[in-house]
Amino acid sequence: MQKRAVVSVVGKDQVGIIAKVTTVISDNNINILDISQTILEGFFTMIMLIEINDPSNLETLQEKFKPVEQALGLKINIQLEDVFQAMHRV
Amino acid sequence: MPIAFTEIQETIRMVEMEHLDIRTVTMGISLRDCADHDFEKVKQKVYEKITSYAKDLQTTANQVAKEYGVPIINKRIAISPAAELLGNATKEQAIELAETLDKAAQTLDVDFIGGFSALVHKGISKGDQILLDALPEALSKTERVCSSISVATTRTGINMDAVGQMGQIIHDTAKFTQDNNSIGCAKLVVFCNPVEDNPFMAGAFHGAGEGEAVLSVGVSGPGVVLHALKRYPDADLGEVSDVIKKTAFKITRAGEIIGRVVAERLNVPFGIMDLSLAPTNAMNDSVAEILEEIGLERVGTHGTIAALALMNDAVKKGGAMASSYVGGLSGAFIPVSEDNGMIRGIEEGALNLSKLEAMTCVCSVGLDMIALEGNASPETLSAIIADEAAIGMINKKTTAVRVIPVIGKKEGETVEFGGLLGRAPIIGVSEFSSEKLIQRGGRIPAPLQSLIN
Repeated sequence: MQKRAVVSVVGKDQVGIIAKVTTVISDNNINILDISQTILEGFFTMIMLIEINDPSNLETLQEKFKPVEQALGLKINIQLEDVFQAMHRV
Repeated sequence: MPIAFTEIQETIRMVEMEHLDIRTVTMGISLRDCADHDFEKVKQKVYEKITSYAKDLQTTANQVAKEYGVPIINKRIAISPAAELLGNATKEQAIELAETLDKAAQTLDVDFIGGFSALVHKGISKGDQILLDALPEALSKTERVCSSISVATTRTGINMDAVGQMGQIIHDTAKFTQDNNSIGCAKLVVFCNPVEDNPFMAGAFHGAGEGEAVLSVGVSGPGVVLHALKRYPDADLGEVSDVIKKTAFKITRAGEIIGRVVAERLNVPFGIMDLSLAPTNAMNDSVAEILEEIGLERVGTHGTIAALALMNDAVKKGGAMASSYVGGLSGAFIPVSEDNGMIRGIEEGALNLSKLEAMTCVCSVGLDMIALEGNASPETLSAIIADEAAIGMINKKTTAVRVIPVIGKKEGETVEFGGLLGRAPIIGVSEFSSEKLIQRGGRIPAPLQSLIN
């Protein structure tokens, strides 16, 4: 079943964050539907909407982000989009 | 409409920084079909039923929590009141049943199993009495078994004979577990108007009107409400209510979607969402601090009841809009040992037992996790229960008493329960006796439902 998930990336702004994060995503053959990014109080914040075939793959993807998280001091979370829909849309 | 950047950030902030979590997913399981004339078979059936129905509870809940990025803190089991199985049993067998439940909870790796319970608000059946007799020992010999006893309802009045017994049972449980700060009492709740679908411990049980199995969800988030209010330091009280309502709405929606997914994957009907602001000892995860943020220098001072009433009602309004099936105790819990703000209120002399009693008139439950001096007499404990039951009976609400008379400790000392149960300053009780009231026994008749002033 096709589902959408939200990848959020937060950390200190530096060169190459988008490149390294999106590389992991493309290496896993995942399609990105939307990206928005901003700098908030010196913190890099990026939110991506991606397509997921099997929600149970989220855990493996989360694992694959680990090296990037450690190398760049980022915090990367993946969550199914449904939870945001439920909380913010009636 | 696509979700906005700020909305996504808000959710992430709630989880990462403000302690938004699903406090518990609780599977209710009916054990009525486990009755048998051979008690060995009863125990075997009980163990097998619980461990087969809930075998995937832990893994499924963890998996869903990961996928949705909202932590599920506790996974728990609530069973139909155990007294129903004890009609022909002995006290020793009742204790063995509690041990069986404990073993099932260990096998499933759930931290609590609730429902070692009896409903005695009108009268005490044979099975009920066996369970009551077994309680102090059962609670001292088990780790994860929780018990709740219903001693009063608005429609039946207060069973003062049961109230009288409960004072003694709490006293004995405290003694049986005195080497461990009388911790047994933390697993025992005495109810007026209990709800049958409450997912929170220690008072969870699977009520008589429930189906074979059901999954209910308790969400919490005092931290989220507190942070939301901090952004509106000058709002008037109508706006404060609105902020709490909106926050409660979002929290409930998150809980509902996750609860439904867990229920669906476990192939069990979704029961109810219980939106209760249940504090923890984590920084800023305190109900008392919300009250202080609304405008009290310290919880317990004049105005505490008004602030709590506002908050409790706003939480319910937001929750009721967010889910089709809001139930359980929904509202605000005011346990003392699990809330750093409440602990501070008592330590600084702003909050006392009388004020806590008054707060239970407008909060969602009752006197919760309050450590009393160890020499409180059984009759005094009974009288505390009677007062609380009267508040619940007259106000048509659930009230409960979960007090821990800590043997060997006096007013002013502090007791450490550890873990989720936290720590608490010891509160003194009145030096005047209530013995005659309790000794009279009998039932306090059900109150009039009209002439309500």
